Amino acid sequence: MQADTRELQFADVNDDVVRSIVQTGTKYYVTLAIAFGVTLACFMFPWFYQLYYGIGAAGNNHPAVWGTYLASFIFWIGLSHSGTLLSCVLHITNSAWRKAIYRSAEAMTLFSLMVAATMVMVHVGRPWFIHWAIPYPNQMEMWPNFRSPLMFDVMAITTYLTGSSIFIYMGSIPDFAAVRDRTTGWRHHMYVLFSLGWRGTDTQWHRLGWAYTFLAVLIIPLAVSVHSIVSWDFAMSIVPSLHQTIFAPYFVVGAIYSGTAGIVTVMFMLRKYMGFEQYIKPMHFDNLGKLLLVLSLIWTYINIVEVFTGWFSGASGEIEALKYRLFGFYAVLYWEMILFCAVAPLLMISKRFRTSLVPMLFLSIAINIGMYTERFLIVATSQPRQYLPDAWGLYIPSIVEISIIVGSLAMFVTLFLIFVKIYPSVSIYEVKETMDMPKRKGAPHGQ
Amino acid sequence: MSLIDRFTNSWAKFRKPGYYEEFDYAWTMSVDLDRCSGCGACVTACQAENNLPTVGEDEMARGREMTWIRIERYWEGEFPNIKLRFIPMMCQHCDTAPCETVCPVSATYHNQDGLNTQVYNRCIGTRSCAVYCPYEVRYFNYYDHHWDSPLEQQLNPDVTVREKGVMEKCTFCIQRIRQAKDHAKDDGRRRILDGEVQPACAQTCPTEALVFGNRNDPGSEIAKSLENPRAYHVLKELNTDSSVTYLKKVDADAS
Repeated sequence: MQADTRELQFADVNDDVVRSIVQTGTKYYVTLAIAFGVTLACFMFPWFYQLYYGIGAAGNNHPAVWGTYLASFIFWIGLSHSGTLLSCVLHITNSAWRKAIYRSAEAMTLFSLMVAATMVMVHVGRPWFIHWAIPYPNQMEMWPNFRSPLMFDVMAITTYLTGSSIFIYMGSIPDFAAVRDRTTGWRHHMYVLFSLGWRGTDTQWHRLGWAYTFLAVLIIPLAVSVHSIVSWDFAMSIVPSLHQTIFAPYFVVGAIYSGTAGIVTVMFMLRKYMGFEQYIKPMHFDNLGKLLLVLSLIWTYINIVEVFTGWFSGASGEIEALKYRLFGFYAVLYWEMILFCAVAPLLMISKRFRTSLVPMLFLSIAINIGMYTERFLIVATSQPRQYLPDAWGLYIPSIVEISIIVGSLAMFVTLFLIFVKIYPSVSIYEVKETMDMPKRKGAPHGQ
Repeated sequence: MSLIDRFTNSWAKFRKPGYYEEFDYAWTMSVDLDRCSGCGACVTACQAENNLPTVGEDEMARGREMTWIRIERYWEGEFPNIKLRFIPMMCQHCDTAPCETVCPVSATYHNQDGLNTQVYNRCIGTRSCAVYCPYEVRYFNYYDHHWDSPLEQQLNPDVTVREKGVMEKCTFCIQRIRQAKDHAKDDGRRRILDGEVQPACAQTCPTEALVFGNRNDPGSEIAKSLENPRAYHVLKELNTDSSVTYLKKVDADAS
């Protein structure tokens, strides 16, 4: 790491980023081993157990056939939302502060989507037939059901995954080239492939800029549609407390909210453990803090509207579901969610709080715990209180489910740890755009 | 016809499960709650006919029993003026079924007979149909179920034994309907006669509270039953257009 007193030079950026890839300490390997071990022990093993014995390994029962797997699925889709979406919005609004953080944010999108897709596999009863939900020509001459919100979901998520993969890849071609020129051995060969013959000519830069902006504009509506569609899995049903028009914006805002909090967490980790102090500054936390504050206010507003319209309808089913959510078995979790996602974020009104990194880290984690709780409550408090009181019940997650939640988090961390060693996790060329031009020896700036 | 009308019409048709303008048969059941004594014979008959597994005590306690037809019990009033009411609840074979639109692989669909069918082989187990069903009559196979020897000898050969990860529900004993159709064809008839086919529950009901038939046939017993002034549909306000009609219990001392 360069001494903080010296001003950052163009060459330092390359050095720092390449160093983050090629220099690997024991600490990294230990962390990777732990993360991978937890993935195996807490995710793979219980999942295989469940595949062998059936979904009965989870805590689902007759009224509550959906459980934490689906809650995790929404959570990971939600977490995926800020990366690419935020990056696109900030790109087309020319916000310079985006440049140091967007690569890791987009990686977060990618890996969250992968984990979310895995959660679908864990959720369904017969995952070995999951490809039937994809429209492909087959000898059965069967299409998927195009009326189904779940079908829309498959479409939306695969599109989003494709779009954000292309987006992150396209944005990093010049960086691959920069890393290619500074590495040797197998890494060099790998980056030769990744950089697609990038030489940095004017034509190449022009085309990259055009394509990048084009994709950014394309992905914004796509991201909004993805979480709207995820919300329709619930809102298109006639289950009391789920059948609400507010659900699509509610999910979109919730997704961006938890995603932004996730970026704050990841940023803190990168800054602390990958040595990016000079790139990720308190200014970034300040800006993201402001965004988080606004999102928390919108989220709170939508929650109030959701409860109010449910109560105002006066329908017995709605009232029962509302009562169960606010004062029933899971009331503690509900009020915990309100505390973490609506009350605690108000601290970010103070600039001193926004620029204090450790409190921001804790707050961002608290927000994501609250957001997971929200998704859990959507699943766990709606189904046990439906129209026929005889079919009321109680859903408590089993140990297998809880283990898989932990394991999915470890899987995300594993993927991310592998990413930072292969990918330039800070955008080299975009960071340079925010810096002063290199000075000739002794000459004033720009000569 | 204006463009908007054309669009709304074709959308309405698209929304209609099975896309049928009218059904060949329209199998319907009526449940006379005045006759139902809540004995549970229908539940047992259904279990025997349709190869329903006995899940065992633990699974029962976890709320995973498999009963395609169940007797819902509702207590009314406070002690000592207390009443117990029964509603047998089975798949309502809704003509605009929420479960059919949500299945991503069309494992549940509406057939030509107006039945809401479940294709076990196609089911991938998203369980969304069970969430979307307001009657809570869809049951999920949490495990592969086993029948201890010699109980597997009494499994009905006309009915599939479902594997783990598959949703199942009342079929109105579709295997019996198929059989009746075959018999009718063998006899040189095109139509099944009224009363020729009965699901296991209706056949077993000691008080004859359950009546089954084709409501498209105006002379049938079920058609008469539907004209009863006590007839109503459970959760009619949800517009599921269900095929099971309930006849309200006559309450002698109702206020």
